[in-house]
Amino acid sequence: MKALILFSASILTAQTGDWLQFQGNAQGHRYSELTQIDKSNVAKLKPAWSFQIDKLDKFEASPIAKDGILYVSEPPSDVTAVESHSGKVLWRYKRVLPDNVPFCCGKVNRGVGIHGNSIFISTLDAHLVALDAASGNVLWDVTVADYKKAYSSTAAPLIVKDKVVVGSAGGEFGVRGYLAAFDVKTGKEAWRLWTVPAAGEKGAETWKGDSYKYGSATTWVTGSYDPGLNTIYWGTGNPGPDWKGDKREGDNLYSDSLLAIDADTGKMKWYFQFTPHDVHDWDATQVPILVDQMWNGKMRKLALFANRNAFYYVLDRETGEYLMGKQYVRQTWAKGELDAKGRPTRLPNTFPTANGTAVYPNSPGATNFQAPSYSAKTKLHYVMTRDEGGVFYTGDDTYHEGSWYLAGRFVSKPGEEATGAIKAIDPATGKSKWEYPLSAPSWSGVLSTAGGLVFAATADGDMLALDDSTGKLLWRYPMGGRAFANPISYTAADGKQHIAIASGHTLFSFSVD
Amino acid sequence: MMRLILIGLMFSVGVWAQLSAPSDKASLSAGKTQFEIHCAFCHGRGDDGFAANLVSPNLVHAPTDTALVSIIRNGILGTDMPPALGMTEEQMMQVAGYVRSLGRSAPITVAGDAAKGKAVYQGKGGCGGCHMVGGAGGKMGPDLTQIGAMRSPANLRTSIVDPNATLAGGWTMVHVTPKTGAQVNGIRLSEDNFRINLRDGRGRIHSIAKDQTTAITRDLTKSSMPSYQGRLNAKELDDLVAYLFSLRGAM
Ligand code: HEC
Ligand code: HEC
Repeated sequence: MKALILFSASILTAQTGDWLQFQGNAQGHRYSELTQIDKSNVAKLKPAWSFQIDKLDKFEASPIAKDGILYVSEPPSDVTAVESHSGKVLWRYKRVLPDNVPFCCGKVNRGVGIHGNSIFISTLDAHLVALDAASGNVLWDVTVADYKKAYSSTAAPLIVKDKVVVGSAGGEFGVRGYLAAFDVKTGKEAWRLWTVPAAGEKGAETWKGDSYKYGSATTWVTGSYDPGLNTIYWGTGNPGPDWKGDKREGDNLYSDSLLAIDADTGKMKWYFQFTPHDVHDWDATQVPILVDQMWNGKMRKLALFANRNAFYYVLDRETGEYLMGKQYVRQTWAKGELDAKGRPTRLPNTFPTANGTAVYPNSPGATNFQAPSYSAKTKLHYVMTRDEGGVFYTGDDTYHEGSWYLAGRFVSKPGEEATGAIKAIDPATGKSKWEYPLSAPSWSGVLSTAGGLVFAATADGDMLALDDSTGKLLWRYPMGGRAFANPISYTAADGKQHIAIASGHTLFSFSVD
Repeated sequence: MMRLILIGLMFSVGVWAQLSAPSDKASLSAGKTQFEIHCAFCHGRGDDGFAANLVSPNLVHAPTDTALVSIIRNGILGTDMPPALGMTEEQMMQVAGYVRSLGRSAPITVAGDAAKGKAVYQGKGGCGGCHMVGGAGGKMGPDLTQIGAMRSPANLRTSIVDPNATLAGGWTMVHVTPKTGAQVNGIRLSEDNFRINLRDGRGRIHSIAKDQTTAITRDLTKSSMPSYQGRLNAKELDDLVAYLFSLRGAM
């Protein structure tokens, strides 16, 4: 039994040096078992190659690495295969998008999925496309949702057994969010879970009137999967409209929640809502990290979640039971202690108003789509955090199909500069074991490795390697472009461990000579 | 072929050169609604969002209404300015009209005398010590060669009498205390985790490693430009605003 578990775990954690899911493994760890680069030689890390894209949009992709090839998604919805030791292009898939595709925050894509010889990309016009890994030829192309209704897709798909699971974007346009699964071979839809209930369904009572129709709760960052429990864990985004909640009084299920979903049927097993009735756009679209760990003297299956709302959560992922919630970044919107069920108690005068209400954190939150990392070695949860206040305003909350549905806006708190930190959070306490301060918040995610290192890029593109147990800076390289992407690690055909990340419009791959 | 027909059409109905955004009350009010739905997310009320300031009589990317509607329809490639989504042609025209009205909210004709204002600028105001116009002047404030095309007269006036109320981004004054040697003061050119670069009053650039400093303070709410409230009389101020408003580009 034990041997069996070990065997399956080794496949999932990519011992081979491949990087096969958005987060490296299905459990969301963004942790590499590779040890060639370690604390003793990281100072010698150098760029092995770089690869430039020919687009000006933000380059947010986290590549997939398999058998000597990196599969990289480019903005807006293209895929390029490059040799992973040289950066030379093998093939390109260029998608012609219709005019007027909707997008909220740039024509971006955060990565592809892989199963066997197929590469999958979720596109800005809300299609799912399967490509042949050897040629880039289209194997199939299915419509997931109607882009004319402001649906789009930006997240990397999650591969779960023989299915491709894809999320939705469009939460700033009053769409109805979903998570959908498709057969890897045929593209046939296997199931779809709507993240906002329809009239009469359970949860619809948490929306005033017919406001659920524009409820959003999109799923625009990749979730995680536990093969043992055959359950998918996926975070949902803000309720629509973002900054004025009058028309949607109630908790607004299942926005800003973690959903546990049966991988075969798509049925929801449980949910946990972090921010009931959100009016600050604090999407719970962070990657849930699945670990088995001692909790109060008992081994438990946990889901760890560093939320945009500035609280750090530990849940039992079998039952959804709330185990712990701790503030981990400055916040002024809720009492410092969550209640026994993990529900926040809002402080007065924190809702957006016509003249503006100052609140910490700002709308981009304590963390956002920056991928977190969990090291099997240190058992710490590494999070890219932001510290910034915002002023939130309400606006017109009339819904127009296919248009922005925001009902307000936010600005950074005047006279202050946002800062950030890479935090090494101990899941047992929610407290930082160490923090590496940043003069500006970064949109880069974090990678940890068995070599005892934590990698991340600063806002303006300095790639950093930190000691995983102390946070001490061991190496850095100025890449020269703003980083919006997440680092990965893989073994290339040259037999070397590489660290790759996109900065500006360039993908860098580092190795030690 | 298609293209020829199109051009022919444009000329015959005269839409190309003469497209002009509506300014009647009903259109402006409809445009305001559209602006709040589609634009306020980034542009705020026009001049207080995180994206470009639209409260200006002359928009750099949109010298004509045709260009403005085109920006609204297509976005600005390579920036976060997105193409319009779910807007009809009429709504785009209305929102363009509303954007123009933002730039017009202050009187476009100015009371003062630009020639006299130039003298104030060069003489009593001492503005050229910090600002450049047409390649001549100082480097401790923004180049003002095009300022009349970017700011309304009201905004210019406020810049002079209450600089802290109209802080232009990118001109933060910083004070750095190195471990050895005297304090360095200047405009911050760049800052990251490891270094801070600044330009001092004499135009010298300092590149300082943060681990070689004991303190760094940043004037985030305070302009290094002095207020001229009470230092210039009403006439001088009017003339100076007229001069600045006349600055529209290459000299
Ligand atoms: C997602 C954010 C976003 C939205 C929504 C948006 N803009 Fe912009 N807009 C920008 C940014 C960023 C720029 C500056 C682009 C650059 O770097 O030049 C800009 C620039 C502009 C400019 C050029 C300004 C100049 O000085 O030339 C105009 C005009 C403009 N926007 C109008 C609009 C209008 C009208 C709307 C609504 C229909 C709108 N924008 C919606 C982000 C946005
Ligand atoms: C000591 C240096 C200094 C002097 C003297 C000075 N300025 Fe400035 N000025 C600045 C700086 C720095 C800024 C940018 C920060 C801010 O917005 O206040 C600025 C901003 C401005 C702006 C706004 C620019 C924009 O992009 O919005 C205007 C207009 C201006 N100054 C005009 C003047 C005039 C006219 C005078 C003379 C009466 C003058 N300044 C004197 C330093 C100076």
